[in-house]
Amino acid sequence: MSVDGGGQAARKSRSFLKDIDLRAVAPFAALFLLLIIGALVNPNFIGLTNLANVATRSAFIAIIAVGATFVISSGDLDLSVGSMVAFVASLMILFMNSGAIADPALMLAAAVVLTVVIGSLCGLANGLITTVGRIEPFIATLGTMGIYRGLTTWLSQGGAITLRSPDQQALYRPVYFGSIAGIPVPILVILLVTAIAAFILYRTRYGRHVTAVGSSREVARYSGIAVNRVRTIAFIIQGLCVAIAVLLYVPRLGSTSATTGILWELQAITAVVVGGTALKGGAGRVWGTICGAFILELVGNIMLLSNFISEYLIGAIQGSIIIIAMLVQRSLTRKS
Amino acid sequence: MTGDGEEAPATELVPVLAAERVSKSFGEVQVLFSVDFDVRPGEVHALVGENGAGKSTLVKILSGFESPSSGRLLLDGQPVSLPANGDAEALGIILIHQEFNLADHLTVAESLFLGREVTRFGILDRRFMRAETRRILDMLGSHVDEDALISSLAVADKQMVEVAKAISRDARVIFMDEPTAVLSREETDILFDQVRKLRQTGTSFVFVTHKLNEVMELSDRVTVLRDGQWIKTAPTSLLDSDSIAQLMVGRELSSLYPAKHEPDVDEEVVLSVRGLSTGYVKDVSFDLRKGEILGFSGLIGSGRTEIMEAIIGLRSRLSGEVSVKGELLPAHDLDEATRRGLAYMTKDRKGRGLLLDEGMTANLTLQSLFRHVRYGYLDPASEAEAMARAKRRFDIRVRDDRVRVGRMSGGNQQKLMLAKIMETAPQIVIIDEPTRGIDVGTKQQIYHFIAALARDGCSVIVVSSEMPEVIGLCTRVMVMREGHLVGQLEGDDINEQTIMRYAAGLKRQMAG
Repeated sequence: MSVDGGGQAARKSRSFLKDIDLRAVAPFAALFLLLIIGALVNPNFIGLTNLANVATRSAFIAIIAVGATFVISSGDLDLSVGSMVAFVASLMILFMNSGAIADPALMLAAAVVLTVVIGSLCGLANGLITTVGRIEPFIATLGTMGIYRGLTTWLSQGGAITLRSPDQQALYRPVYFGSIAGIPVPILVILLVTAIAAFILYRTRYGRHVTAVGSSREVARYSGIAVNRVRTIAFIIQGLCVAIAVLLYVPRLGSTSATTGILWELQAITAVVVGGTALKGGAGRVWGTICGAFILELVGNIMLLSNFISEYLIGAIQGSIIIIAMLVQRSLTRKS
Repeated sequence: MTGDGEEAPATELVPVLAAERVSKSFGEVQVLFSVDFDVRPGEVHALVGENGAGKSTLVKILSGFESPSSGRLLLDGQPVSLPANGDAEALGIILIHQEFNLADHLTVAESLFLGREVTRFGILDRRFMRAETRRILDMLGSHVDEDALISSLAVADKQMVEVAKAISRDARVIFMDEPTAVLSREETDILFDQVRKLRQTGTSFVFVTHKLNEVMELSDRVTVLRDGQWIKTAPTSLLDSDSIAQLMVGRELSSLYPAKHEPDVDEEVVLSVRGLSTGYVKDVSFDLRKGEILGFSGLIGSGRTEIMEAIIGLRSRLSGEVSVKGELLPAHDLDEATRRGLAYMTKDRKGRGLLLDEGMTANLTLQSLFRHVRYGYLDPASEAEAMARAKRRFDIRVRDDRVRVGRMSGGNQQKLMLAKIMETAPQIVIIDEPTRGIDVGTKQQIYHFIAALARDGCSVIVVSSEMPEVIGLCTRVMVMREGHLVGQLEGDDINEQTIMRYAAGLKRQMAG
């Protein structure tokens, strides 16, 4: 006999529905609001060219943030993504400059494979230090953040590392600047990465395990889930996403430096949180994350197009957004 | 008012705290219907009812954590509106939460004076606070060290610190929500002695519990709630456990325990444990037969959970062997144990059993996701089907299937957790505290389910601190004490006195 099947459950479920809807809808509502504000500020803003540009520029952060959604959903945090971008990009360009393979196309293919492998290894390192080393992810990735950044500075001797061969540049350029069926390649990559990530997170055993581990490590352990493996794989997925972002980043400028990717971790985490993923772990929202990344880029774009706020304040604005997003998240949870 | 004061002297008729026609609604849903309740000076008033009967809501209203939708509260006969969020403590009304309100990194003395530290010239007067803490603990007959960190205390001692904290705040009414749920029998006795002592000094207690024997043992009066309605308030001496249980459920409880079904002595041994030791548990050996319900009894902390976790692979083994159907089971491999048909249900429903923020289905299938994978992805239809089946089989009742598990009643959570481990289709089921903190009706369902499992050829180990449960369900009982297996009981030996003698160390039958 369970008496509470009656009234209480009904009341609770109703507020539960409300809570679910609000949290999922909030980022998209914010995006819509921004689009309206942007249109009011500058009529050029709402044009398809401008919006496509914004989406293209958001690609790096969006793709990195998709990886961060996995890490954050499983209850961890990766602060090293910004330096990891710089590090992986440096190695990629250095490899391409080495001339180890004569044929430019073959060389590019090898460089892509190498980038993906290095990104995954960087993620694996973060994962192992956190799980096997039992170090708080905040500290572990703060450490690797310093390491990856330091290695990049050393590799570039404090300057820039530039892709030398014009052949390769010409070959590689379309990956960032090209478009397929009128849609810029980076936007297609965002959509593809997000779709795959959403499938993994929502429709596979591994995705369910991520949610379980993020909600409660103990419950996951008692349910026979290999908690450390799930967490480590999340870090590897993060590394993989960083590698994909690098593959888009290198053809854009054909160069990288010691200052590449600075504060990208802030933007990636902000995108995840703005998208409605709880920072304490559990429910991950991949599409919300993409929406969050787009919002960040739009805010910057609006600041550029308008004249009332200096674009030098962009970091401050992004910092404010993450704090506001946390406040909104909490007030939505409280209501339940 | 309740009108049961015939035998009390006239002076006691002004209750310290009373609720008159109190109703409470959350949104459109009413959970309390015009309930009357009063606490007299120096009485122990038991508040009983099934899960969802409204006990917690009433207690929260009486202690100021919720405000009533209608009706009024009286303090010393005067209408009062209690300050919110625990500030009613200043009026001497104190609620001891089921999950304690203690910070792990503070010492006992610091905890007692938390929020009202005594200072001299602006500097903490530690000596005074420690002395005062010692005085109160001595008064309670507690051996807890005033300088010990809260994190180092046993659960029972934490409970005692909460009581001491209440006393140090000049409590007039102390509300205790299931205070004995985590206590052993000995610890419960100590707590009850303290309650009786304090009662003589005029402190009143309201005691929310599921354990009817404790109601009979300790309380002066009983109030029964059912479905948010006040059913009866009466002196405990006029009632017995059966009549209280009947008032709670509103129907006859035909038989709480199903008929026992002894397995054949020749039945195959499905689980065999030889010389198993963990850090705390030493050299445990036993066999489990097909279709058997084997009980593990003993005081809290006697090592029962450790053994079970070591068997299943959640805890490392120092030495010893576990075999399933004659084949060795490797240590620390929960996956392999699951494949071999073993399942373990934890006693810690909220911390280890269920994801409270997730829905029912995600919880149900968490341990058995492999059954729902089609071409590499999870098939929602297959999961939904499993959920529908589990709801029928375990009689899980919720209004909305999408409800968060943390919002379900204890009884429904317990059934869901049982359903979750049964999804792995085990042949050997280890159930740790099958009915902790759930109502009589659900208990009965779970007992019958366990019996049916055994009849169908499953083997069940029941670990329980509730002796009647072990006695009512099991055909063989192992008793543990301080990490050792000290006795094995069968047939008529399975009774409270014998179990207690072994558990308390007065008797010992096996070499440890």
